[in-house]
Amino acid sequence: MFKATVIIKRRPKILDPQGKAVEQGAKLLGFNNVKQTRIGKYIEFFVDTTDKKIAENEVREYSEKLLSNPIMEDFDFTLEEVK
Amino acid sequence: MKPKFGVVVFPGSNCDHDAYYSLKKILEYQTEFIWHKEKDLKRSDVIILPGGFSYGDYLRTGAIARFSPIMDSVYKFAEDGGVVIGICNGFQILLEIGLLPGVMIKNESLKFVCKDVFLSIENRENIFTKSIKQNILKIPIAHGDGNYFTDDATSKELEKNNQILFRYVSSDGKADSESNPNGSFKNIAGIMNKRKNVMGLMPHPERCCNPLLGNIDGSLIFRSVAQHFLN
Repeated sequence: MFKATVIIKRRPKILDPQGKAVEQGAKLLGFNNVKQTRIGKYIEFFVDTTDKKIAENEVREYSEKLLSNPIMEDFDFTLEEVK
Repeated sequence: MKPKFGVVVFPGSNCDHDAYYSLKKILEYQTEFIWHKEKDLKRSDVIILPGGFSYGDYLRTGAIARFSPIMDSVYKFAEDGGVVIGICNGFQILLEIGLLPGVMIKNESLKFVCKDVFLSIENRENIFTKSIKQNILKIPIAHGDGNYFTDDATSKELEKNNQILFRYVSSDGKADSESNPNGSFKNIAGIMNKRKNVMGLMPHPERCCNPLLGNIDGSLIFRSVAQHFLN
């Protein structure tokens, strides 16, 4: 079995109004060095197979087809074998 | 022949009844609900994907609904030239499934915007606006994710193929940042596919069909579509 962690980021060119709003909060708190806050998604799940290749393909396909939208997002993932 | 309308119901749709009511009770077209788990389009001539928050808008708007069993049939229907109208969340579903290009992101203001807006009709060589006489429509919007975005190449394609159908404008027809309620790219409020049988729009025409409510601009779009089947 593998534990998958997928991180989804908005493409740099795509406006992130949430990140902008949160950064306004940072300024209110006095974190004046904080710049370019961007909000993405962190998704974790298990893949029930012993074959790492199969797990990789499944996570990639899942991320491409549903978890991210390739028009505005990029994704990255890691796999960790668990007993 | 009067067309038959099919209104798809997803878990979280909330404008399905408005669409059904306007089409059936006000405009008197044959109309049926179609549950998203079904595969049969019930011999509909026009499919409506209604507004709402299908699957709670989780992950991205429309991202999960586009995998509902009915969407396979809707996709094939559209590919074969069938008429599909996506309103608000329905538009977002059409973008996710790839029947229309682009994506919807959060409104620039981060606010949910619910108000009447003015729309310019940018194209009349299509069944959705062909029989509309006026140049500007007043139709309400109600959305938090209506900020249309697409890359430069796709936007050029949209312009080149005359796929832009509606833009947000002022009451006298100016498309500028002041008349743009959500930050949409080039004030885009509604687009069509290349073949012009699939339309997506963020405003809600089904909410302004009843003369009792003081505005029937929305009905003009449905009547234009119906006219196509009557001819």
